[in-house]
Amino acid sequence: MSILLVAEHDNATLNDATRAAVSAAKAIGGDIHVLVAGSGAGDVAKAAAGLDGVAKVLHADAEVFAKPTAEALEALVVPLMANYDVLMAVASTTGKNFAPRVAAKLDVMQLSEIVAVESADTFVRPIYAGNAMMTVKSSDAKKVITVRPTTFEKVGDGGSASVETIDAPAGPFKSQFVSEELSKSDRPELTAAKIVISGGRGMQSGDNFVLLDKIADKLNAAVGASRAAVDAGYVPNDYQVGQTGKVVAPELYIAVGISGAIQHLAGMKDSKIIVAINKDEEAPIFSVADYGLVADLFKVLPELEEELTKAGL
Amino acid sequence: MKILVPVKRVIDYNVKVRVKPDQTGVDLANVKMSMNPFCEIAVEEAVRMKEKGGVDEIVVVSIGPAQAQETIRTALAMGADRGILIQTDETVEPLAVAKLLAKVVEEEAPGLVILGKQAIDDDSNQTGQMLAALLDWPQATFASEVVIDGGKASVTREIDGGLQTIAVETPAVITTDLRLNEPRYASLPNIMKAKRKPIDIKAPGDYGVDIAPRLSVVKVTEPAKREAGIKVESVAELVDKLKNKEGVI
Repeated sequence: MSILLVAEHDNATLNDATRAAVSAAKAIGGDIHVLVAGSGAGDVAKAAAGLDGVAKVLHADAEVFAKPTAEALEALVVPLMANYDVLMAVASTTGKNFAPRVAAKLDVMQLSEIVAVESADTFVRPIYAGNAMMTVKSSDAKKVITVRPTTFEKVGDGGSASVETIDAPAGPFKSQFVSEELSKSDRPELTAAKIVISGGRGMQSGDNFVLLDKIADKLNAAVGASRAAVDAGYVPNDYQVGQTGKVVAPELYIAVGISGAIQHLAGMKDSKIIVAINKDEEAPIFSVADYGLVADLFKVLPELEEELTKAGL
Repeated sequence: MKILVPVKRVIDYNVKVRVKPDQTGVDLANVKMSMNPFCEIAVEEAVRMKEKGGVDEIVVVSIGPAQAQETIRTALAMGADRGILIQTDETVEPLAVAKLLAKVVEEEAPGLVILGKQAIDDDSNQTGQMLAALLDWPQATFASEVVIDGGKASVTREIDGGLQTIAVETPAVITTDLRLNEPRYASLPNIMKAKRKPIDIKAPGDYGVDIAPRLSVVKVTEPAKREAGIKVESVAELVDKLKNKEGVI
Protein backbone atom coordinates (compact mmCIF):
# COMPACT_ATOMS: atom_id res chain seq x y z
CA MET A 1 0.00 0.00 0.00
CA SER A 2 1.32 3.46 -0.85
CA ILE A 3 -0.33 6.70 0.18
CA LEU A 4 0.03 10.17 -1.33
CA LEU A 5 -0.96 12.78 1.23
CA VAL A 6 -1.40 16.40 0.16
CA ALA A 7 0.00 18.83 2.74
CA GLU A 8 -2.09 21.75 3.98
CA HIS A 9 -0.02 24.93 4.28
CA ASP A 10 0.22 28.64 3.52
CA ASN A 11 3.67 28.42 1.83
CA ALA A 12 5.34 29.50 5.09
CA THR A 13 4.20 26.94 7.66
CA LEU A 14 2.80 23.45 7.62
CA ASN A 15 -0.77 23.41 8.96
CA ASP A 16 -1.26 21.05 11.92
CA ALA A 17 -4.23 19.46 10.15
CA THR A 18 -1.61 17.71 7.99
CA ARG A 19 -0.31 15.97 11.13
CA ALA A 20 -3.81 14.63 11.80
CA ALA A 21 -4.07 13.37 8.22
CA VAL A 22 -0.73 11.55 8.62
CA SER A 23 -2.26 9.75 11.64
CA ALA A 24 -5.16 8.62 9.47
CA ALA A 25 -2.69 7.47 6.79
CA LYS A 26 -0.71 5.51 9.40
CA ALA A 27 -3.94 3.80 10.47
CA ILE A 28 -4.37 2.58 6.87
CA GLY A 29 -0.72 1.49 6.76
CA GLY A 30 1.91 1.53 4.06
CA ASP A 31 4.42 4.01 2.66
CA ILE A 32 3.34 7.59 3.26
CA HIS A 33 4.56 10.24 0.82
CA VAL A 34 3.62 13.87 1.42
CA LEU A 35 3.06 16.21 -1.54
CA VAL A 36 3.86 19.86 -0.94
CA ALA A 37 2.50 21.98 -3.79
CA GLY A 38 3.42 25.59 -3.16
CA SER A 39 5.33 28.64 -4.19
CA GLY A 40 8.50 29.26 -2.21
CA ALA A 41 7.34 26.64 0.29
CA GLY A 42 10.76 25.07 0.95
CA ASP A 43 10.31 25.38 4.71
CA VAL A 44 7.00 23.55 4.50
CA ALA A 45 8.66 20.71 2.57
CA LYS A 46 11.35 20.50 5.27
CA ALA A 47 8.74 20.46 8.03
CA ALA A 48 6.82 17.72 6.21
CA ALA A 49 10.00 15.66 5.88
CA GLY A 50 10.37 15.78 9.66
CA LEU A 51 6.92 14.34 10.38
CA ASP A 52 6.81 11.02 12.15
CA GLY A 53 5.84 8.25 9.72
CA VAL A 54 6.56 10.08 6.48
CA ALA A 55 8.82 8.17 4.06
CA LYS A 56 9.27 10.80 1.35
CA VAL A 57 8.27 14.34 0.42
CA LEU A 58 7.43 15.42 -3.12
CA HIS A 59 7.85 19.13 -3.62
CA ALA A 60 6.31 20.97 -6.57
CA ASP A 61 7.25 24.64 -6.67
CA ALA A 62 5.39 26.96 -9.02
CA GLU A 63 3.70 30.35 -9.02
CA VAL A 64 0.34 28.70 -9.75
CA PHE A 65 0.57 26.87 -6.40
CA ALA A 66 0.90 30.09 -4.37
CA LYS A 67 -2.91 29.95 -4.18
CA PRO A 68 -3.64 26.66 -5.90
CA THR A 69 -6.79 26.24 -7.93
CA ALA A 70 -8.53 22.87 -8.10
CA GLU A 71 -7.67 22.61 -11.79
CA ALA A 72 -3.91 23.04 -11.19
CA LEU A 73 -3.89 20.55 -8.29
CA GLU A 74 -5.83 18.05 -10.43
CA ALA A 75 -3.21 18.38 -13.19
CA LEU A 76 -0.41 17.78 -10.68
CA VAL A 77 -1.96 14.94 -8.68
CA VAL A 78 -3.73 12.77 -11.28
CA PRO A 79 -0.53 11.65 -13.10
CA LEU A 80 1.18 10.99 -9.74
CA MET A 81 -1.61 8.64 -8.74
CA ALA A 82 -0.30 6.05 -11.22
CA ASN A 83 2.18 5.20 -8.44
CA TYR A 84 -0.14 5.30 -5.43
CA ASP A 85 -3.09 3.36 -4.01
CA VAL A 86 -4.53 6.11 -1.85
CA LEU A 87 -4.85 9.88 -2.17
CA MET A 88 -5.42 11.59 1.14
CA ALA A 89 -6.22 15.24 1.78
CA VAL A 90 -7.45 17.32 4.68
CA ALA A 91 -11.18 18.11 4.54
CA SER A 92 -10.42 21.84 4.34
CA THR A 93 -11.84 24.17 1.71
CA THR A 94 -8.71 23.34 -0.35
CA GLY A 95 -9.05 19.56 0.02
CA LYS A 96 -12.80 19.61 -0.55
CA ASN A 97 -12.21 21.68 -3.67
CA PHE A 98 -9.69 19.52 -5.56
CA ALA A 99 -9.99 15.95 -4.21
CA PRO A 100 -13.33 15.12 -5.94
CA ARG A 101 -11.82 16.26 -9.27
CA VAL A 102 -9.04 13.72 -8.83
CA ALA A 103 -11.53 11.03 -7.80
CA ALA A 104 -13.63 11.65 -10.93
CA LYS A 105 -10.53 11.45 -13.17
CA LEU A 106 -9.52 8.17 -11.50
CA ASP A 107 -13.14 6.95 -11.76
CA VAL A 108 -13.43 6.25 -8.04
CA MET A 109 -15.96 7.30 -5.37
CA GLN A 110 -14.39 9.65 -2.86
CA LEU A 111 -14.70 8.99 0.87
CA SER A 112 -15.46 12.43 2.29
CA GLU A 113 -14.44 13.69 5.69
CA ILE A 114 -13.67 10.38 7.40
CA VAL A 115 -13.47 10.39 11.21
CA ALA A 116 -12.12 6.87 11.73
CA VAL A 117 -10.22 4.17 9.84
CA GLU A 118 -11.63 0.66 10.42
CA SER A 119 -9.35 -1.06 7.90
CA ALA A 120 -7.57 -0.28 4.64
CA ASP A 121 -10.90 -0.18 2.78
CA THR A 122 -13.46 0.59 5.49
CA PHE A 123 -14.02 3.98 7.06
CA VAL A 124 -16.45 5.87 9.29
CA ARG A 125 -17.87 9.21 8.19
CA PRO A 126 -20.61 11.45 9.58
CA ILE A 127 -23.81 11.94 7.58
CA TYR A 128 -26.83 14.17 8.26
CA ALA A 129 -24.66 16.80 9.95
CA GLY A 130 -23.20 14.22 12.30
CA ASN A 131 -26.61 12.96 13.45
CA ALA A 132 -25.68 9.53 12.11
CA MET A 133 -22.34 7.81 11.58
CA MET A 134 -21.92 5.66 8.48
CA THR A 135 -19.36 2.88 8.15
CA VAL A 136 -18.60 2.34 4.45
CA LYS A 137 -16.45 -0.11 2.55
CA SER A 138 -14.96 0.95 -0.74
CA SER A 139 -14.70 -1.48 -3.65
CA ASP A 140 -12.56 0.89 -5.75
CA ALA A 141 -8.98 -0.21 -6.48
CA LYS A 142 -7.65 3.25 -5.67
CA LYS A 143 -9.06 5.38 -2.90
CA VAL A 144 -9.51 9.13 -2.58
CA ILE A 145 -10.09 10.17 1.01
CA THR A 146 -10.55 13.48 2.81
CA VAL A 147 -9.91 13.50 6.55
CA ARG A 148 -11.66 15.49 9.27
CA PRO A 149 -8.58 16.62 11.19
CA THR A 150 -10.18 17.13 14.62
CA THR A 151 -10.80 13.43 15.22
CA PHE A 152 -7.26 12.16 14.61
CA GLU A 153 -4.21 12.58 16.87
CA LYS A 154 -1.58 14.87 15.41
CA VAL A 155 1.70 13.05 14.71
CA GLY A 156 4.83 14.61 16.12
CA ASP A 157 8.24 15.09 14.59
CA GLY A 158 10.94 12.46 14.38
CA GLY A 159 11.01 11.56 10.70
CA SER A 160 13.84 12.34 8.32
CA ALA A 161 12.36 11.78 4.89
CA SER A 162 14.07 12.83 1.69
CA VAL A 163 12.65 15.72 -0.32
CA GLU A 164 12.33 15.15 -4.06
CA THR A 165 11.58 18.08 -6.35
CA ILE A 166 8.96 17.28 -8.98
CA ASP A 167 7.80 19.21 -12.04
CA ALA A 168 4.73 21.40 -11.84
CA PRO A 169 2.13 21.08 -14.61
CA ALA A 170 2.47 23.62 -17.38
CA GLY A 171 -0.99 25.11 -17.65
CA PRO A 172 -2.58 27.44 -18.64
CA PHE A 173 -5.65 26.59 -16.57
CA LYS A 174 -9.22 27.73 -17.07
CA SER A 175 -9.40 29.34 -13.66
CA GLN A 176 -7.23 32.00 -12.07
CA PHE A 177 -6.73 33.25 -8.56
CA VAL A 178 -7.64 36.95 -8.37
CA SER A 179 -7.59 38.07 -4.76
CA GLU A 180 -8.11 37.02 -1.18
CA GLU A 181 -9.54 38.75 1.86
CA LEU A 182 -8.37 36.87 4.90
CA SER A 183 -9.54 37.75 8.38
CA LYS A 184 -6.61 39.16 10.27
CA SER A 185 -6.21 38.09 13.86
CA ASP A 186 -3.42 37.61 16.37
CA ARG A 187 -5.44 34.87 17.99
CA PRO A 188 -5.02 31.18 17.24
CA GLU A 189 -6.86 29.74 14.27
CA LEU A 190 -10.34 28.36 15.07
CA THR A 191 -9.66 24.76 14.17
CA ALA A 192 -6.29 24.71 15.96
CA ALA A 193 -7.14 26.63 19.17
CA LYS A 194 -7.15 24.85 22.54
CA ILE A 195 -9.97 27.12 23.70
CA VAL A 196 -12.81 28.49 21.57
CA ILE A 197 -15.40 31.04 22.68
CA SER A 198 -18.35 31.47 20.32
CA GLY A 199 -21.23 33.90 20.20
CA GLY A 200 -24.70 33.44 18.79
CA ARG A 201 -27.79 35.48 18.01
CA GLY A 202 -27.90 36.41 21.71
CA MET A 203 -24.90 38.71 21.19
CA GLN A 204 -27.36 41.10 19.48
CA SER A 205 -24.71 42.93 17.43
CA GLY A 206 -21.24 42.66 15.93
CA ASP A 207 -20.01 45.37 18.29
CA ASN A 208 -20.87 43.20 21.28
CA PHE A 209 -18.39 40.56 20.08
CA VAL A 210 -15.75 42.76 21.69
CA LEU A 211 -16.97 41.25 24.98
CA LEU A 212 -15.88 37.84 23.68
CA ASP A 213 -12.63 39.25 22.28
CA LYS A 214 -11.60 40.44 25.74
CA ILE A 215 -12.08 36.97 27.22
CA ALA A 216 -10.43 35.34 24.22
CA ASP A 217 -7.36 37.53 24.81
CA LYS A 218 -7.14 36.35 28.41
CA LEU A 219 -7.48 32.67 27.49
CA ASN A 220 -5.52 32.77 24.22
CA ALA A 221 -8.72 31.48 22.66
CA ALA A 222 -10.14 31.70 19.14
CA VAL A 223 -13.48 33.42 18.61
CA GLY A 224 -16.24 31.61 16.71
CA ALA A 225 -19.92 32.13 15.99
CA SER A 226 -23.12 30.29 15.21
CA ARG A 227 -24.66 30.46 11.76
CA ALA A 228 -27.36 32.77 13.13
CA ALA A 229 -24.72 35.31 14.19
CA VAL A 230 -22.97 35.10 10.80
CA ASP A 231 -26.23 35.37 8.85
CA ALA A 232 -27.19 38.40 10.95
CA GLY A 233 -23.94 40.01 9.80
CA TYR A 234 -22.35 40.26 13.27
CA VAL A 235 -19.12 38.55 12.15
CA PRO A 236 -17.58 37.23 8.88
CA ASN A 237 -18.37 33.78 7.51
CA ASP A 238 -15.05 32.26 8.53
CA TYR A 239 -16.15 32.52 12.18
CA GLN A 240 -18.90 29.97 11.62
CA VAL A 241 -18.79 26.75 13.62
CA GLY A 242 -21.20 24.05 12.49
CA GLN A 243 -22.28 21.60 9.81
CA THR A 244 -21.53 23.95 6.96
CA GLY A 245 -18.83 25.96 8.70
CA LYS A 246 -15.85 24.74 10.66
CA VAL A 247 -15.69 21.64 12.81
CA VAL A 248 -13.76 22.25 16.02
CA ALA A 249 -12.81 20.03 18.95
CA PRO A 250 -10.91 22.16 21.45
CA GLU A 251 -10.15 21.36 25.12
CA LEU A 252 -12.70 23.99 26.12
CA TYR A 253 -15.63 25.36 24.09
CA ILE A 254 -17.62 28.24 25.53
CA ALA A 255 -20.96 28.88 23.82
CA VAL A 256 -22.39 32.30 24.61
CA GLY A 257 -25.93 33.21 23.60
CA ILE A 258 -26.12 30.18 21.31
CA SER A 259 -29.33 28.16 21.45
CA GLY A 260 -27.70 25.00 20.08
CA ALA A 261 -29.31 24.08 16.76
CA ILE A 262 -28.27 20.59 15.60
CA GLN A 263 -26.26 22.19 12.79
CA HIS A 264 -24.17 24.07 15.35
CA LEU A 265 -23.78 21.05 17.65
CA ALA A 266 -22.43 19.10 14.65
CA GLY A 267 -19.49 21.49 14.58
CA MET A 268 -18.47 21.45 18.25
CA LYS A 269 -19.84 18.45 20.12
CA ASP A 270 -16.49 16.63 20.11
CA SER A 271 -14.97 19.36 22.31
CA LYS A 272 -13.56 18.03 25.59
CA ILE A 273 -15.36 20.45 27.92
CA ILE A 274 -18.38 22.47 26.81
CA VAL A 275 -19.64 25.50 28.71
CA ALA A 276 -22.97 27.10 27.81
CA ILE A 277 -24.05 30.58 28.88
CA ASN A 278 -27.63 31.37 27.95
CA LYS A 279 -30.53 33.09 29.65
CA ASP A 280 -33.01 30.54 28.28
CA GLU A 281 -32.72 27.50 30.51
CA GLU A 282 -34.59 25.41 27.93
CA ALA A 283 -31.94 26.07 25.24
CA PRO A 284 -30.82 22.76 23.65
CA ILE A 285 -27.15 23.76 24.10
CA PHE A 286 -27.48 22.83 27.79
CA SER A 287 -28.14 19.21 26.84
CA VAL A 288 -24.55 18.85 25.61
CA ALA A 289 -22.86 21.23 28.06
CA ASP A 290 -20.68 20.00 30.90
CA TYR A 291 -21.23 23.29 32.70
CA GLY A 292 -24.26 25.48 32.14
CA LEU A 293 -24.85 28.97 33.44
CA VAL A 294 -28.39 30.31 33.07
CA ALA A 295 -27.88 34.06 33.05
CA ASP A 296 -27.82 37.20 30.95
CA LEU A 297 -24.61 37.16 28.92
CA PHE A 298 -24.21 40.94 29.13
CA LYS A 299 -23.94 40.60 32.91
CA VAL A 300 -21.88 37.39 32.81
CA LEU A 301 -19.16 38.33 30.30
CA PRO A 302 -17.71 41.35 32.20
CA GLU A 303 -17.88 39.27 35.39
CA LEU A 304 -16.09 36.40 33.68
CA GLU A 305 -13.35 38.73 32.52
CA GLU A 306 -12.95 39.97 36.09
CA GLU A 307 -12.89 36.45 37.59
CA LEU A 308 -10.27 35.35 35.06
CA THR A 309 -8.12 38.31 36.08
CA LYS A 310 -8.58 37.30 39.72
CA ALA A 311 -7.57 33.75 38.83
CA GLY A 312 -4.32 35.15 37.51
CA LEU A 313 -5.07 34.97 33.77
CA MET B 1 -27.14 31.42 -22.38
CA LYS B 2 -28.76 28.37 -20.88
CA ILE B 3 -28.25 27.42 -17.20
CA LEU B 4 -28.54 23.87 -15.92
CA VAL B 5 -29.44 23.49 -12.23
CA PRO B 6 -29.25 19.99 -10.72
CA VAL B 7 -31.41 19.62 -7.58
CA LYS B 8 -31.76 16.88 -4.95
CA ARG B 9 -34.70 15.75 -2.84
CA VAL B 10 -33.60 15.19 0.76
CA ILE B 11 -35.02 14.96 4.29
CA ASP B 12 -36.30 18.40 5.24
CA TYR B 13 -33.71 20.59 6.97
CA ASN B 14 -35.81 20.82 10.15
CA VAL B 15 -36.47 17.11 10.61
CA LYS B 16 -34.50 15.30 13.30
CA VAL B 17 -33.18 12.17 11.62
CA ARG B 18 -33.49 8.77 13.29
CA VAL B 19 -31.16 5.87 12.72
CA LYS B 20 -33.00 2.60 11.99
CA PRO B 21 -32.69 0.00 14.76
CA ASP B 22 -31.26 -2.54 12.27
CA GLN B 23 -28.44 -0.07 11.46
CA THR B 24 -29.07 -0.17 7.71
CA GLY B 25 -29.63 3.57 7.36
CA VAL B 26 -31.86 6.37 8.58
CA ASP B 27 -35.62 6.16 8.71
CA LEU B 28 -37.14 7.83 5.63
CA ALA B 29 -40.69 6.48 6.08
CA ASN B 30 -43.30 9.22 6.61
CA VAL B 31 -40.63 11.89 6.91
CA LYS B 32 -41.08 15.31 5.31
CA MET B 33 -38.87 15.66 2.22
CA SER B 34 -37.82 18.94 0.61
CA MET B 35 -35.35 20.40 -1.82
CA ASN B 36 -31.80 20.43 -0.43
CA PRO B 37 -31.26 24.00 0.90
CA PHE B 38 -28.05 24.51 -1.12
CA CYS B 39 -29.95 23.49 -4.29
CA GLU B 40 -32.63 26.11 -3.52
CA ILE B 41 -29.86 28.72 -3.42
CA ALA B 42 -28.65 27.45 -6.82
CA VAL B 43 -32.13 27.74 -8.34
CA GLU B 44 -32.52 31.25 -6.88
CA GLU B 45 -29.17 32.36 -8.33
CA ALA B 46 -30.11 31.09 -11.79
CA VAL B 47 -33.50 32.82 -11.62
CA ARG B 48 -31.89 36.12 -10.56
CA MET B 49 -29.45 35.86 -13.49
CA LYS B 50 -32.37 35.31 -15.84
CA GLU B 51 -34.22 38.28 -14.38
CA LYS B 52 -31.15 40.46 -15.00
CA GLY B 53 -31.11 39.38 -18.66
CA GLY B 54 -28.73 37.34 -20.79
CA VAL B 55 -30.17 33.98 -19.73
CA ASP B 56 -32.66 32.35 -22.11
CA GLU B 57 -33.59 29.21 -20.27
CA ILE B 58 -33.15 27.47 -16.91
CA VAL B 59 -33.30 23.68 -17.03
CA VAL B 60 -33.65 21.81 -13.73
CA VAL B 61 -32.54 18.20 -13.47
CA SER B 62 -33.02 15.76 -10.62
CA ILE B 63 -31.97 12.15 -10.19
CA GLY B 64 -34.14 10.13 -7.84
CA PRO B 65 -37.52 8.49 -7.27
CA ALA B 66 -40.80 9.53 -8.93
CA GLN B 67 -41.46 11.92 -6.02
CA ALA B 68 -38.43 13.99 -7.05
CA GLN B 69 -40.86 15.49 -9.60
CA GLU B 70 -42.21 17.55 -6.67
CA THR B 71 -38.72 18.92 -6.08
CA ILE B 72 -38.46 19.84 -9.77
CA ARG B 73 -41.92 21.50 -9.58
CA THR B 74 -40.69 23.60 -6.65
CA ALA B 75 -37.81 24.85 -8.80
CA LEU B 76 -40.18 25.51 -11.72
CA ALA B 77 -42.41 27.53 -9.38
CA MET B 78 -39.40 29.61 -8.35
CA GLY B 79 -38.82 30.51 -12.01
CA ALA B 80 -37.03 27.67 -13.82
CA ASP B 81 -38.41 26.84 -17.28
CA ARG B 82 -38.40 23.07 -17.66
CA GLY B 83 -37.35 19.91 -15.89
CA ILE B 84 -35.68 16.58 -16.47
CA LEU B 85 -36.15 13.71 -14.03
CA ILE B 86 -33.75 10.80 -14.33
CA GLN B 87 -35.91 8.38 -12.43
CA THR B 88 -34.48 5.62 -10.27
CA ASP B 89 -35.18 4.11 -6.85
CA GLU B 90 -31.55 3.07 -6.44
CA THR B 91 -29.03 4.98 -4.33
CA VAL B 92 -26.99 7.03 -6.78
CA GLU B 93 -23.56 8.07 -5.50
CA PRO B 94 -22.02 11.46 -6.39
CA LEU B 95 -19.70 9.89 -9.01
CA ALA B 96 -22.66 8.34 -10.87
CA VAL B 97 -24.68 11.55 -10.47
CA ALA B 98 -21.79 13.50 -12.00
CA LYS B 99 -21.60 11.04 -14.91
CA LEU B 100 -25.33 11.35 -15.59
CA LEU B 101 -25.14 15.14 -15.35
CA ALA B 102 -22.19 15.18 -17.77
CA LYS B 103 -24.43 13.41 -20.32
CA VAL B 104 -27.22 15.92 -19.74
CA VAL B 105 -24.70 18.74 -20.24
CA GLU B 106 -23.64 17.16 -23.56
CA GLU B 107 -27.28 17.20 -24.72
CA GLU B 108 -28.30 20.58 -23.35
CA ALA B 109 -25.03 22.53 -23.84
CA PRO B 110 -25.55 25.03 -21.01
CA GLY B 111 -23.16 27.94 -20.44
CA LEU B 112 -23.24 27.39 -16.69
CA VAL B 113 -24.11 24.60 -14.30
CA ILE B 114 -25.06 25.93 -10.86
CA LEU B 115 -25.58 23.44 -8.04
CA GLY B 116 -25.43 23.17 -4.26
CA LYS B 117 -22.04 22.60 -2.65
CA GLN B 118 -23.35 19.62 -0.72
CA ALA B 119 -26.53 17.75 0.06
CA ILE B 120 -27.54 17.73 3.71
CA ASP B 121 -28.20 13.98 3.69
CA ASP B 122 -24.85 12.38 2.78
CA ASP B 123 -22.78 15.60 3.23
CA SER B 124 -20.41 14.42 0.48
CA ASN B 125 -19.57 17.75 -1.17
CA GLN B 126 -18.34 16.09 -4.39
CA THR B 127 -20.84 16.24 -7.27
CA GLY B 128 -20.03 19.70 -8.68
CA GLN B 129 -16.29 19.15 -8.59
CA MET B 130 -16.63 15.69 -10.18
CA LEU B 131 -18.90 17.05 -12.92
CA ALA B 132 -16.40 19.83 -13.70
CA ALA B 133 -13.56 17.28 -13.91
CA LEU B 134 -15.53 14.92 -16.20
CA LEU B 135 -16.32 17.85 -18.53
CA ASP B 136 -12.81 19.35 -18.21
CA TRP B 137 -14.52 22.57 -17.19
CA PRO B 138 -13.27 25.01 -14.57
CA GLN B 139 -15.09 25.14 -11.25
CA ALA B 140 -15.89 27.79 -8.67
CA THR B 141 -16.99 26.08 -5.48
CA PHE B 142 -18.56 27.50 -2.28
CA ALA B 143 -19.67 30.69 -4.05
CA SER B 144 -20.90 33.67 -2.08
CA GLU B 145 -21.00 36.06 -5.06
CA VAL B 146 -21.11 35.45 -8.81
CA VAL B 147 -20.60 38.09 -11.50
CA ILE B 148 -20.88 36.99 -15.13
CA ASP B 149 -19.02 39.15 -17.62
CA GLY B 150 -18.76 37.98 -21.21
CA GLY B 151 -16.96 34.65 -21.38
CA LYS B 152 -15.83 34.84 -17.75
CA ALA B 153 -17.29 34.51 -14.31
CA SER B 154 -15.81 36.28 -11.32
CA VAL B 155 -16.69 34.24 -8.25
CA THR B 156 -16.12 35.04 -4.58
CA ARG B 157 -15.66 31.85 -2.56
CA GLU B 158 -16.01 31.14 1.15
CA ILE B 159 -12.69 29.60 2.21
CA ASP B 160 -11.29 28.63 5.62
CA GLY B 161 -9.50 31.91 6.31
CA GLY B 162 -12.03 34.31 4.77
CA LEU B 163 -13.03 35.04 1.18
CA GLN B 164 -11.26 34.34 -2.11
CA THR B 165 -12.08 35.65 -5.57
CA ILE B 166 -11.26 33.65 -8.69
CA ALA B 167 -11.95 34.17 -12.38
CA VAL B 168 -13.15 31.18 -14.40
CA GLU B 169 -13.76 30.83 -18.10
CA THR B 170 -17.27 29.78 -19.05
CA PRO B 171 -18.72 27.26 -19.49
CA ALA B 172 -18.10 26.48 -15.83
CA VAL B 173 -19.52 24.69 -12.82
CA ILE B 174 -20.45 26.84 -9.82
CA THR B 175 -21.39 25.41 -6.42
CA THR B 176 -23.33 27.54 -3.96
CA ASP B 177 -22.59 28.37 -0.35
CA LEU B 178 -25.10 29.60 2.20
CA ARG B 179 -24.64 33.32 1.81
CA LEU B 180 -24.94 33.55 -1.98
CA ASN B 181 -28.60 34.63 -1.73
CA GLU B 182 -31.84 34.06 0.13
CA PRO B 183 -34.16 31.87 -1.93
CA ARG B 184 -37.65 33.21 -2.59
CA TYR B 185 -40.92 31.56 -1.74
CA ALA B 186 -42.90 30.73 -4.85
CA SER B 187 -46.13 32.71 -5.23
CA LEU B 188 -49.42 30.87 -5.69
CA PRO B 189 -49.83 31.99 -9.35
CA ASN B 190 -46.29 30.77 -10.06
CA ILE B 191 -47.01 27.44 -8.36
CA MET B 192 -50.06 27.06 -10.62
CA LYS B 193 -48.04 28.05 -13.68
CA ALA B 194 -45.32 25.56 -12.77
CA LYS B 195 -47.83 22.71 -13.07
CA ARG B 196 -47.97 23.32 -16.82
CA LYS B 197 -44.22 23.51 -17.34
CA PRO B 198 -42.77 20.38 -19.01
CA ILE B 199 -40.83 17.65 -17.17
CA ASP B 200 -39.08 14.96 -19.24
CA ILE B 201 -38.86 11.58 -17.53
CA LYS B 202 -35.73 9.58 -18.31
CA ALA B 203 -33.94 6.53 -16.90
CA PRO B 204 -30.23 6.16 -16.08
CA GLY B 205 -30.06 3.54 -18.86
CA ASP B 206 -31.08 6.18 -21.43
CA TYR B 207 -27.71 7.81 -20.86
CA GLY B 208 -25.71 4.57 -20.87
CA VAL B 209 -24.29 5.29 -17.41
CA ASP B 210 -23.51 2.50 -14.95
CA ILE B 211 -24.83 3.68 -11.58
CA ALA B 212 -23.77 0.64 -9.53
CA PRO B 213 -22.46 1.91 -6.18
CA ARG B 214 -18.75 1.75 -5.37
CA LEU B 215 -19.26 2.05 -1.63
CA SER B 216 -21.21 -0.44 0.44
CA VAL B 217 -22.76 0.59 3.71
CA VAL B 218 -21.54 -1.66 6.51
CA LYS B 219 -23.72 0.02 9.13
CA VAL B 220 -25.25 3.32 10.18
CA THR B 221 -25.21 4.09 13.88
CA GLU B 222 -26.16 6.84 16.31
CA PRO B 223 -23.28 9.16 17.16
CA ALA B 224 -21.82 8.89 20.66
CA LYS B 225 -24.18 10.71 23.00
CA ARG B 226 -22.99 13.53 25.21
CA GLU B 227 -24.53 13.65 28.63
CA ALA B 228 -25.70 16.98 30.01
CA GLY B 229 -23.51 18.09 32.90
CA ILE B 230 -24.32 20.38 35.77
CA LYS B 231 -25.63 23.91 36.13
CA VAL B 232 -23.38 26.31 37.99
CA GLU B 233 -24.82 29.18 40.03
CA SER B 234 -22.20 31.85 39.44
CA VAL B 235 -19.33 32.94 37.25
CA ALA B 236 -16.93 32.42 40.16
CA GLU B 237 -18.06 28.80 40.49
CA LEU B 238 -17.62 28.29 36.73
CA VAL B 239 -14.08 29.64 36.73
CA ASP B 240 -13.23 27.52 39.78
CA LYS B 241 -14.48 24.33 38.06
CA LEU B 242 -12.64 25.07 34.80
CA LYS B 243 -9.41 25.94 36.57
CA ASN B 244 -9.25 23.58 39.52
CA LYS B 245 -11.39 20.57 38.54
CA GLU B 246 -10.90 20.36 34.76
CA GLY B 247 -7.59 22.16 34.40
CA VAL B 248 -8.54 23.59 31.00
CA ILE B 249 -7.77 27.26 31.75
